Amino acid sequence: MAKRIDVSGLNAYYGSFRAIEDISMTVEPRTVTAFIGPSGCGKSTFLRTLNRMHEVTPGGRVEGKVMLDDEDLYGAGVDPVSVRREVGMVFQRPNPFPTMSIYDNVAAGLKLVGSKKKSEMDDVVEKSLKGANLWNEVKDRLGKPGSGLSGGQQQRLCIARAIAVEPNVLLMDEPCSALDPISTLAIEDLIGELKERFTIVIVTHNMQQAARVSDRTAFFNLAAVGQPGKLIEIDDTERIFSNPSVQATEDYISGRFG
Amino acid sequence: MSNATLSGKRPSTLRAASLPKWFSWAVAAASVALGLGVSAALGLESSIQWALIAGVLFVAGTFGIAARVEGKRQAKDRVATSVVWVAFLLAVAPLASLVWETVSRGVKVLDMYFLTHSMGVVADTEPGGGIYHAILGTLEQVGLATLISVPIGVLTAIYLVEYGRGKLAKAVTFFVDVMTGVPSIVAGLFILSTWILILDMGPSGFAGAMALTILMLPVVVRSTEEMLKLVPNELREASLALGVPKWRTILKVVLPTAIGGITTGVMLAVARIAGETAPVLLLVWGSNFINTNPFSDPQASLPMYIYLQYANSGGSGAAYDRAWAAALTLIAFIMILNLAARGIARWKAPKSGR
Repeated sequence: MAKRIDVSGLNAYYGSFRAIEDISMTVEPRTVTAFIGPSGCGKSTFLRTLNRMHEVTPGGRVEGKVMLDDEDLYGAGVDPVSVRREVGMVFQRPNPFPTMSIYDNVAAGLKLVGSKKKSEMDDVVEKSLKGANLWNEVKDRLGKPGSGLSGGQQQRLCIARAIAVEPNVLLMDEPCSALDPISTLAIEDLIGELKERFTIVIVTHNMQQAARVSDRTAFFNLAAVGQPGKLIEIDDTERIFSNPSVQATEDYISGRFG
Repeated sequence: MSNATLSGKRPSTLRAASLPKWFSWAVAAASVALGLGVSAALGLESSIQWALIAGVLFVAGTFGIAARVEGKRQAKDRVATSVVWVAFLLAVAPLASLVWETVSRGVKVLDMYFLTHSMGVVADTEPGGGIYHAILGTLEQVGLATLISVPIGVLTAIYLVEYGRGKLAKAVTFFVDVMTGVPSIVAGLFILSTWILILDMGPSGFAGAMALTILMLPVVVRSTEEMLKLVPNELREASLALGVPKWRTILKVVLPTAIGGITTGVMLAVARIAGETAPVLLLVWGSNFINTNPFSDPQASLPMYIYLQYANSGGSGAAYDRAWAAALTLIAFIMILNLAARGIARWKAPKSGR
């Protein structure tokens, strides 16, 4: 299931502006990799290049290679729609489909992609909601609209929706930044469980969170506003937070930044 | 020292003199009375004149008294409120009077017989007859125009919002804006010159429907475009990130989220064309007989029926009554459409209940 991501020489642009410059890294399967760094350094942009969501933005353009096991996501003839089925994504703000019930939200990926039998669909919905630790809270009101849940529940609903299509990789763009500490804890526990099955990449502004949930941490930085963001270093989380090899990383983590 | 003793000794800075709640009503009553008095004294006859005098007095009186008692800032606030009320009444008065006039004159002959019979054997000056043929014509012509313009209009809006970049999209937007300003008689003349004069087709309900389409299309495009723009981008991205193709995302996520607003926009467009007379006059010609086929031979329609009854009546009371009753039917028809649209919009709106 889980696959390795191997990025080499990746540049991403918004029109003529280069947002990230020459990034190379490897993300191991069945691990949690955290991206940290100041705002505007291109973490989210880089994350979005990993499932070809970057090009959805008008003017968005990518150069370089992203290998998912042995396939280049940006190779000739690759369909971005199939890429996104392999590499799922959870967004910063919970965004359940407002016209759909809880059940339909989870089943959305399957329903909109192809058809499955009702009984199979029920199984997938139950499995995904259990996987997102939401089943017990919503099992009696699957027919109710998803927007009626609390923020933390909505975010777990979005995670259930993302894992229902059985991707190989799960990208999370600051999944807890709109949530309270209790809901954040629920999501962090969930990430710990999900890494048994998926390769997980998470962007976060919360250094403690990166230290808690991730196995490896990548630090991004930018030289100045208007300059492209760069990968400063990537290493085991323990090393990054105890003994990073670059001074800038230590400054950022210890709060002596800028 | 406790707070209680403090506030007892000093005048409060948070509380000031304020006028009682009935103040606005009192000023309104006084200005209406004054307005009536002044216009009676000066011998003015029009009810608009005393109402305008009362309105000016109301705003000025509110400001004067409030400025004296409450202070300048509160007075400005009260003036803004009273201007809003006066403007509201000015806007509603003509509408209310129009509805009142139409209802009181229209109910005279409006009954089941009137709704289910045509003018086929009734001369314009005689009493009797009905508007069945006109209702049928309006329904068919407006229905056909809606059938043509809604798919084209919604698809155009989808192109503009979801796909359109660059010159073509700008050109489409420009021409849609130009179309919005086309007078209905010009739309009628255009179809007349192409369909009837060049292609040599006869007058029919369909010809009228084509002219109505020209009028309806830009309204549908514009309102649908605005509604699609309101759909948050996050929903599109969430769907795309699930590996859903773009066309399915639009069909299953974007359109359902916006469907309530789109329906309202379409209904407003229908209401706009249902009252059109000019193109129908040019292209459908009108008829006193029931013609169920919109693709050949002249048909009637409600707005044209109203006009013809008024124009051909020769001062006869029966035709006048029929014209008013038809006008009432048209207003009721549009109102029912609007209510239906609101119902659909509420039913289809994104739910937030727990």
